[in-house]
Parts: sequence; C-alpha cells; structure tokens
Amino acid sequence: MRFLKLLPVLILMLMANSALAQSPTYGVGRTPSAEEIRAWDISISPTGEELPPGSGTPEEGALVYQRKRCGGCHGPEGEGGRADRLVKRDGGSEADPWAWGRVLPIRAPYATVVWDYINRGMPLNREGTLTADEVYALTAYLLYINDVIGEDGVLDAQSLPQVEMPNRNTFARVPDWEPGMPRLQGYPY
Amino acid sequence: MDSKRPDRRRFLKGGAALAGGLTLGAVEPVVGQLPGPEGFIKGTDELIAYGERSRFVDSVRIAHPPGSRPSPDEFGLVFHVAAPLQDSVGVITPSSLHFVGTTRGSFMPDIDPRKHRLMIHGMVDRPLTFTMEELKRLPSVTRTHFIECAGNSSRSDRRTAQETHGMTSCAEWTGVPLSVLLEEAGVKDGAPWIVCEGTEEVKGSSSIPMAKAMEDCLVAYGMNGEDLRPQQGFPLRLMVPGFEGIFHTKYLRRIKVVDRYYMTYNDYGHLTQDPDTAALGYQIGPKSLITFPSGGQELPGRGFYEISGLAWSGGGAISRVEVSTDGGRSWSDAEIKGSANRMAHTRFGFSWNWDGQETELQSRCTDELGQVQPSRAQVAEFFEVPLGPSFRVPGRDNSIQPWRVASDGSVHNAIS
Ligand code: HEC
Repeated sequence: MRFLKLLPVLILMLMANSALAQSPTYGVGRTPSAEEIRAWDISISPTGEELPPGSGTPEEGALVYQRKRCGGCHGPEGEGGRADRLVKRDGGSEADPWAWGRVLPIRAPYATVVWDYINRGMPLNREGTLTADEVYALTAYLLYINDVIGEDGVLDAQSLPQVEMPNRNTFARVPDWEPGMPRLQGYPY
Repeated sequence: MDSKRPDRRRFLKGGAALAGGLTLGAVEPVVGQLPGPEGFIKGTDELIAYGERSRFVDSVRIAHPPGSRPSPDEFGLVFHVAAPLQDSVGVITPSSLHFVGTTRGSFMPDIDPRKHRLMIHGMVDRPLTFTMEELKRLPSVTRTHFIECAGNSSRSDRRTAQETHGMTSCAEWTGVPLSVLLEEAGVKDGAPWIVCEGTEEVKGSSSIPMAKAMEDCLVAYGMNGEDLRPQQGFPLRLMVPGFEGIFHTKYLRRIKVVDRYYMTYNDYGHLTQDPDTAALGYQIGPKSLITFPSGGQELPGRGFYEISGLAWSGGGAISRVEVSTDGGRSWSDAEIKGSANRMAHTRFGFSWNWDGQETELQSRCTDELGQVQPSRAQVAEFFEVPLGPSFRVPGRDNSIQPWRVASDGSVHNAIS
C-alpha cells in the first residue's frame, strides 16, 4: 500500500534524473583534470569567481604601466598616445557616464571586464606576459586615473567585483533569444 | 605562364601517358579564324598539387575603406578585408576571397592541428577535451551560411559593391553541431549562456544564448570542401548562423557553459543605452544587394541585361526578392536561383531591358519571418528621426542599396 502510494513519486524522480543526467552518446573525448580547467579558464564573470589570487594598488600600477611601456602606445597618463585613450573625456557625470566616451576603465559596467581584457590582450604583441599581481595593479591604476577608486584602493579577487562602476545599470539588456524570433517585436524590417 | 608554346613533340609523346588522365591545355587551333588561346599553361608540380585561377581573372579583396574604424589603423594593422562581391557568381565566396574581420588581422595564430584542443566545461556534468581527430569522428553536418561583419554598412562616399557591402561572404561549412558536443558533456539544467574563446588576442566571443547554441551553432573544421583557412580560424571555428560576425569565434579552443550574461569585452563593445538598438544589433536583418550592375561597373549600351544580386537574412531563408528599375516607385519579383538556404546568401536574377535612359536600380528582400528589407527613409520614418546624410540605421544596417545607372552606362552609388 505504502509502496504503491510512493510509486508515482519514484517514477517521477527517475524521469527527472534521466532528464538531468543525460549520458554521453558517443563516448569520444577526454575528461580534463580540475587543474587543467583552472589553467585554461580565463573567462572572468561579473562575480569574479574565476579571478586568481593576487592584489595590486594604483601606486604599484603606475609603476607597472611605466615598466611595461603601456604609455608608449596609450600615452604617459592614458592619453595622447596612438592607441585608444584610457582616461575618460570631459563632459560625463555620474548621471551621464556615457558622455565620458568609449573608454574601457570608465564605461565597463564591471571592473572585471577591465581586468579580463588587460589579462588577455595587453600589452599588445606581448600578451600573456603579465602576472596576476600586475594585472590587479594596472586595473587599480586605470580605475584610479578615472576617479572610480581612491589612491589607497587595493584590488584583489574579493574587492575587484565589488567596485561600483558608474555605468553598472545604464545599458540596455539584449533580448532573450528564441528560435524564429524577429529582430525587434513590432519592427517590420 | 611564360611557357607560351610547349615542345610539341614532348607534348604528343606525353599525351599517350596522360590519356584518360589530365588534359593539359587545349589542342592548338587548326582553323586560323577561330579565336585561339593566348598560349598554354604548363602543368607544373604546384598547379597539379593545388590549382590556380586564370591570369585573366583579377578579382581581389581590398582593405575595407576608412569608416568608423580605419583599417589599416594607426599601427598599420589591417583587420578588415572586404570581398569583391561585384565579381561574384552563385552564392559561394571562394575561401581566398572570403572577407576577413579580426581584431588583429596581421597576427593570425599559426596552429598545428595535432596539438589543438577544444575544451567544454562550466555548467556541465562531464567537462570534455577533444582533439581534432576526435571531433572528426563525430557525426558531421555540412551547411551553407553567410557571415557578415557588424560594420558592413553603405555610405554615400563608397563607390563599389565591395566598398559598400564587402564585409559579408558565404561559404559551405562542415563540422559537428554544437548541440552534439554540449549533449555529450551534459548541460546542467537552466544554464542560459555560453562564452567561447579562440587562440588569438582578445580570445573571446560575446555571450551566446543557450537556445542559439542548441538550435543551429556549428563547430566547423571544413570550409568549401577543404580545411578552414587560417584567416577563417584554422583549425576550428564556431559558426553562429545569422548572428553578427564577431560571434563566429575563430581558432576555437574553449566553450564554457555559464549561469549569466558574462559581459565579455565583445559584449562590452556592443553596449548601447537604447533597447531597440541593442535588439537590432544582434541578429542580421533581411538584406540584399544588386551585384550587377553595381557601382564602378559600366554597361556598354542599351539592351538586355540580367540584373543579378545576393539576398540574405539572419532570420532564416529568403522567401522573396523584388527589384525596382525606377528608383523604388514600382517593384517586381525577381527569380530566386536554386534553393534559398537558411542564413545563406541567395542569388537572384531579374530580366531587364535598358532603354539607355538614366535610372536607379534597387533590390529588397523578405525573409521567412516576414521581415522586409527597408529603405533608409522607411527606417527614419519608423524611428521618427530626420533622414539626412548623417542618418544612421540603428543596429545593423540592412537598408536598400540604390545604384544609379547614368545614360552613358556608368553605375554609381545613389545614397545621398
Ligand atoms: C604596442 C602598443 C600597445 C601597448 C604597448 C599597449 N597597448 Fe593597450 N591597446 C593598444 C591598442 C591598439 C588597443 C586597441 C585594441 C583593439 O581595439 O583591438 C589597446 C587597447 C587597450 C585597452 C582597451 C581600451 C578600450 O577602451 O577598449 C586597455 C585597457 C589597454 N589597452 C591597456 C593597456 C595596458 C595596461 C598596457 C600595458 C600593460 C597596454 N595597453 C599596452 C596598444 C597597446
């Protein structure tokens, strides 16, 4: 009796289980180790969960910026070089952060984007040569010259995702995509 | 090429050995009045190994002309290379002429496919790493798809179809459906996004919705019947059919299943404050282009011409193409050549007798979702903004390209 009452529940549990844990069909491919995944995984989410240990301050960052010759392309203090400026333009405000221009360390909604980009892509032609400490320090320096953090700010895996970027909530969300969806509801084109 | 006349005796002798095999050049013409060849092309080892086009065909790619983002840039780096659409026939862009868009065009990774790996991890039951050999063991599909760069928009100062629209191309892609790989790894319930990474500078894709990943994305290793070219991501590229070019991650090495929109650098680069622009900047809209006659070409005189062009849409297959030969006042259906494939260039043709008078040619298409390609004026009207030379179509520009045919037969960009 008791068993019969439980039966539907058991069946449901089994069904849910098989739906969740699909088993592999082909059995091709190898399981990477946890260390391998950690070493490969350089995608930094807004929560910063993938950030490595390390830390840096604006002062340290100013030195790394010189030592790594970032200024040779971006200008001595983030402007006036041949490459993109790294310091905000005049005219923006907390109320209108877009007017500061398309400058990563001010427009990025999360400080993690700045860290991630420097870590992957800079210095140009010598990518992948920065240590985690250097990337924290450079991020701290660039956020400091853009008045996002103070001179005594310290960035590490805990504090970096907490930085309040002025553009955190002022961008439009992309629509949830569904197959067969037009580009924009109500737009005939 | 300077071997104008091969040794005739050797040729005849060799002919016996070659019978039933290769035919090297045509037999020398015997009737003097018929147009003959300019000479013979020697069957060198190189040409036997990998063919070449005729020296009389000179269609080439060009650096994308200066626009919002110059290429070459301040560092002399070319990263936008446009395809010669005005010379195209059919729907396939030859791999050598396919447009190229990269962050750093000059620095393509030189990858040994035997060492290349693809890792799938994140919110999955079983993280997996594949070699190229393992990927090729899995069930494959072959599909024709276009890729179009987000910046592919015409402006009044661009002259040819290559300058106005050359940042789109279409190829036949072969690979493993991404859904096969994701199912093999077992996606955890409710994982809404994936992010991808290739072996290059910024190394990242925009965040891709899981619904798209499972629908029709392709992990491609083949292009137009051979391995991908380095400029197109050798040995592995993610195809995200119908989404703007930047999603199609080259040199693909990692796919991470994630619990949120990841705000990657590419996501950041596409941020906007306007929800309409955000929506319109995602999936390519219905778009078409007359490739003949197009800007820079010349009609030798009045008479019959088949107007020819390409139509495509990120929303699916092209269901209709119309052509106007009077500047958009009247429209007639064009003929769709062959089958209209989903998210693929589709060739259309339209029979036309030119009377020698100045006129304006336009094409517009409709896709399977019923989305219709607009004129710039229609878009401006929809958004209630003035239509001036500085008007920019919000999101990805899919507006109609007008070509003016002058009475001397020369063809010009008619965007004002
Ligand atoms: C050889 C020249 C060069 C050097 C050296 C260099 N950069 Fe860059 N940097 C560039 C270029 C060019 C870009 C634009 C890249 C692109 O858009 O693809 C860029 C982009 C950036 C950006 C993103 C700008 C934006 O708003 O999108 C940041 C941040 C940055 N660099 C920081 C640094 C730091 C920090 C260093 C030193 C460790 C550095 N760069 C060294 C050339 C250089």
